[in-house]
Amino acid sequence: MTSVVSSAAAPDPDTAIHDSLRRYRRSADWKPLEYLFWCLPVAAYFLFPGNYLLLSQIAVTSLFALSLDLIFGYAGIISLGHAAFFGIGAYTVGLLGLRGMGDPLTGLVLAALFAAILWFLSSFLLLRGSDLARLMVTLGVALMLYELANKFSRITGGVDGIPGIEIKPVLGLFEFDLYGRTGYIYAVVVLFVLFWIARRIGHSPFGQSLRGIQMNAQRMPALGVPVNRRLVAVYTLGAAYAGVAGAILAQTNQFVSLSVLGFENSADLLLILILGGTGRLYGGLIGAIVFIVAKHFLSDLNPQYWQFWLGLALVLLVMYARGGILGTASKWLEKRRQRAQSRPVGGAA
Amino acid sequence: MTILFDGIAFGMLLFLISVGLSVTLGLMNFVNLAHGVFAMVGGYVCVVLLNDWGVPFLATIPFAIVVPGLVGVVLERLLYRRLYEASDLDQVLFSLGLVFMAVAATHYFFGARQQPLHRPAFLSGQIHLPGADIGVYRLFLVIAGIVVAVGLQWSVIRTSSGARLRAAVDNQRTARGLGIDVNRVFMLTFALGSALAGLGGALGVEMLGLDPEFPVKYLVYFLIVVTVGGGGNILGSLWAALLLGVADMAGKYYVPQIGAFIIYAIMVVILIFRPQGLFGRAHQ
Amino acid sequence: MNAVLQTHGLVRTFGGFVATDHVDMAVQAGARHALIGPNGAGKTTLINLLTGYLAPTEGRITLMGEDVTRMAQHARCRKGLVRTFQINQLFADMTVLESVAMSVSERLGLGTSWVKPLAARGEAVDEAAVILQRLGLLSDAYETTRNLAYGRQRLIEIALALAQRPKVLLLDEPAAGVPTSESRELFEVIAQLPRDVTILLIEHDMDLVFRFAERISVLVSGALLLEDTPEVIANHPRVREVYLGEAHG
Repeated sequence: MTSVVSSAAAPDPDTAIHDSLRRYRRSADWKPLEYLFWCLPVAAYFLFPGNYLLLSQIAVTSLFALSLDLIFGYAGIISLGHAAFFGIGAYTVGLLGLRGMGDPLTGLVLAALFAAILWFLSSFLLLRGSDLARLMVTLGVALMLYELANKFSRITGGVDGIPGIEIKPVLGLFEFDLYGRTGYIYAVVVLFVLFWIARRIGHSPFGQSLRGIQMNAQRMPALGVPVNRRLVAVYTLGAAYAGVAGAILAQTNQFVSLSVLGFENSADLLLILILGGTGRLYGGLIGAIVFIVAKHFLSDLNPQYWQFWLGLALVLLVMYARGGILGTASKWLEKRRQRAQSRPVGGAA
Repeated sequence: MTILFDGIAFGMLLFLISVGLSVTLGLMNFVNLAHGVFAMVGGYVCVVLLNDWGVPFLATIPFAIVVPGLVGVVLERLLYRRLYEASDLDQVLFSLGLVFMAVAATHYFFGARQQPLHRPAFLSGQIHLPGADIGVYRLFLVIAGIVVAVGLQWSVIRTSSGARLRAAVDNQRTARGLGIDVNRVFMLTFALGSALAGLGGALGVEMLGLDPEFPVKYLVYFLIVVTVGGGGNILGSLWAALLLGVADMAGKYYVPQIGAFIIYAIMVVILIFRPQGLFGRAHQ
Repeated sequence: MNAVLQTHGLVRTFGGFVATDHVDMAVQAGARHALIGPNGAGKTTLINLLTGYLAPTEGRITLMGEDVTRMAQHARCRKGLVRTFQINQLFADMTVLESVAMSVSERLGLGTSWVKPLAARGEAVDEAAVILQRLGLLSDAYETTRNLAYGRQRLIEIALALAQRPKVLLLDEPAAGVPTSESRELFEVIAQLPRDVTILLIEHDMDLVFRFAERISVLVSGALLLEDTPEVIANHPRVREVYLGEAHG
């Protein structure tokens, strides 16, 4: 085999290799655009006072979407029932709050724990069977939970939910106020921390193996990877994240209702993630922003119109813009790059 | 006993509606969550003709079969066909989008209330047998279901179009190579499935209710029939639908506190042990 | 003699069909062993059995003396039994460097670590780069796999396997789908692998087989017809019959 093509005629071949790797070694660094993105929540705090509840909802939904992106965008598992974990987190906080255990941070931890336990109990269901069976099982588990919560309405409050949960101040210092200001900051901080962790995981060897599993699950065992074990791990993480998201919702709204477990919640989430673009972590966040803002303005007009446009958006997205916002943008950038590369006459050898 | 019979009738309805979904899944490998929409269309056609235009019940049935069938043909050619090669998720999302659109549109045109249906006199009433009272209409449903099941199974096994269908299900590429117009088979099958769903929807207005949320309310049931019965398996769907119908009725009657929970639990349990469904073929 | 990979009475049936028929095969340490046979003889099935992708109906498989018949695919890979696929099984949306680095990191046991980015792990990245260089892929390091020509992709298939530092390398038709001009180079890479790597390959291109192999096994209808040196196989009347018979029928 002919020796390597080295563009820089460096005397030491190892240095040439080392240099060409620099781009890859830096690939996990934070990009300027990311810093810019995280200025948005901060800016929103100052620009939209009085809308804190809505902004908190965006933060919560972002986290929820992030949790789905972990299991779907990274591991390729489709779930029609992700709201189950969200709901468990929310009800955990609700029920704890009723018993006077309203400390927010412990609430988060316990919510994550219970969500993860639910996952563990159902995990061996999800890893067998075809894609369709898996889809059904995720849907089935979520529906079961919904029915359970509905029937045991003495505990869960049924359709009316659990109102007026008392949430203690964060770290004993920051009280949840009526305007939702503390709630918003709290939600954003938690979102950021968990996002940061997810991002690190994504770039880690574990995260890369998940990408591998998603792209070609068959190849992975031939590279020594115990696929199921990795999937269980990431799904547990995704479930825990979803539980935390549900918990934050309950804490910032100080209210839990049955809708957190509903099918509509799971379906909306899928749309959000597809809208933003999967596998890039930011997709869920962007999708959440667009979706909630749109819903806020449009669904006031007429709930039926909203549902119709939602359906239409889904259909069009799937048919024409499968990568979502980020995917389409990235494809467009890629095309521009390729066009720029092919312009100079006489390509590199 | 009455519960059993009612459950069987319910199961028949589920079968009628779901068999099209099962064949679509087995044939085109397409996860169509919007299948319930065709049943809904059939129901509304029947109800509109009956209530607004005074058409006798049995005369509405042919329309309830044909209209959804035509809608199915149009949708298949325009939309569904483009997504046969798409991933499962894409198909799920796409059909989900269609469901939302259909539900919203139905809300808009017909309002949210349940559609009333008045059965013709000769189909009402009960037959009193020792040990059980059997509703005439329920009996009618059961008979209709058996007729359709037998007819379908016969035509699939015995006729040449049935043979073409089976060939296309087994191995698309080879079927094409043999000169079978697979696209046409798909389209006709889709149309037939939609038409049957329409029939089920129309016949089931009394027992299942009819409102714009119909496709969502019963979605899980259809999916259960298909996954437990095995995709593409007509008799399998029949047994699965009957099982589901009886289990649901019995569950709601004897343990109303838990209701639908039982159904989901049973489905989940079955899928753990036999991911290909009770009657489906195992994947390699 | 030192057999690193052995099968004992290996059988695999699918319903009534016998795909693998009581195969007793031994691959010696450092061998350059080829497995040939007409289409449908069951060569890929045998590889699938050896690697654990398929479970045998009967029989045993030993790897370096250890019974691996019940061992999962990924565990066998960890023990040094690595395969490539007849049709490229790659990671379409990863860059070449990302794919190979991932393979290396798995071998290094980093696959469960989740804090530090893979890109920051010098030893994995450096080793991946060396492998890419050896196969002439370094210039394509940042190309997305799906954008590359099939022949280049075939090299990635090999790179992924080499990143596992195999002790026993099973190559399933490495030259399949590669234009003849490039397949010679491909085989040179394979031939240059050190002797502590045992190689068993399936190949249809007899020219390549006879240039590369030191030992050849002939598989017909799932059973081992014979096994010997290339000279003997080339002149064996029954082998001729099997291949010529195929051409006629």
